[in-house]
Amino acid sequence: MSVTDVLSAILILSGCFLGLVGGIGMVRLPDVFGRMHAATKPPTLGLVLVALGAILRVDQVSDITMLVLVIMLQFLTAPVGAHLVGRAAYGSGDLVAPDTVIDELAETEPETGAGTPADEP
Amino acid sequence: MIVASNIAFALLSVGVLCTLVRLVSGPSLADRVVATDLFLTYLVMGAAVHAAREGDGRYLTVMLIVAIVGFLGTAMVARFIERRGA
Repeated sequence: MSVTDVLSAILILSGCFLGLVGGIGMVRLPDVFGRMHAATKPPTLGLVLVALGAILRVDQVSDITMLVLVIMLQFLTAPVGAHLVGRAAYGSGDLVAPDTVIDELAETEPETGAGTPADEP
Repeated sequence: MIVASNIAFALLSVGVLCTLVRLVSGPSLADRVVATDLFLTYLVMGAAVHAAREGDGRYLTVMLIVAIVGFLGTAMVARFIERRGA
């Protein structure tokens, strides 16, 4: 095993561990917003680490390009998707855990946030 | 590398099991959407681990397509929840 193999194995193992952290958070956290937090942030970083580890192992330029594309796509789409889901879940009156510290939407829209955006038809 | 990828697949499998628990028992539709999104992320990570294990990029196109379809599905169902309210 060469140095890049060891480095790739370390990157892949740490990335998969971060993915596992996201899965544990999916089971243990109390409401949709906490689960969304757990499902978005650690697995995104984990996917980036796994893709970096795979970049060290593949040798064709087209494969490296595709892995870089996946990293960029994940960084662009994961926050947008989580934001959309969170907005929709809050607007449909989903359960907010009672020990939530900050709920700024409830302060701005006290009627349980009939949360459709203003530009919605 | 084989041992490391085996351990990586085991970690991903435990994560997939946790996600499937939430996918079956999630009280609301938004929970299931989030669980499906995480499930597709695990699929992409598994394809990357497989590419690193074998050293070939045969499944990398699948990986890219699954990432795009996962985002589009999440966005669509989020719009649907927002319209319908549930």
